[in-house]
Amino acid sequence: MVKKVVEQIGRDNLVVITGAPDAESAELYATTLIEGDPSWVGPLAGISLKLPVYHILEPEIKKQIDPAVYKHHLELMDIAIDIEQIAERLKNIREKHNLHAVIDE
Amino acid sequence: MELKGKKVIVIGERDGVQGPAIEACIRSAGAESILVQTQCFV
Repeated sequence: MVKKVVEQIGRDNLVVITGAPDAESAELYATTLIEGDPSWVGPLAGISLKLPVYHILEPEIKKQIDPAVYKHHLELMDIAIDIEQIAERLKNIREKHNLHAVIDE
Repeated sequence: MELKGKKVIVIGERDGVQGPAIEACIRSAGAESILVQTQCFV
């Protein structure tokens, strides 16, 4: 599905936001959507989409959400999820592929 | 990264934050959802 979306609308202005519960799964999403499927079994095997991947609870994303919407949808999970570890892993993989620069231009 | 004006692929997870919740949040920040999914690995 993601591959089809990228083929249809291109990568310009396109980002991925995940709600993964832990750092390992967040990193796996990011690796797959940036470098291609690391297990080489899914539809993104060998396909590098280079999409910037963020977590919805990363501070730079969270601060842009309307406070009432945040309270209704995210407040509880914000307590349960260890966002520091997730944010660090995602930041590292974005920096490795220089994806901050691409999206912030 | 400013969300306003961005096109967003939403990949939620049942055991984390689910797709529709992420969609509501990014819309409140001025982004547009292009694809919304919620993964489940059980």
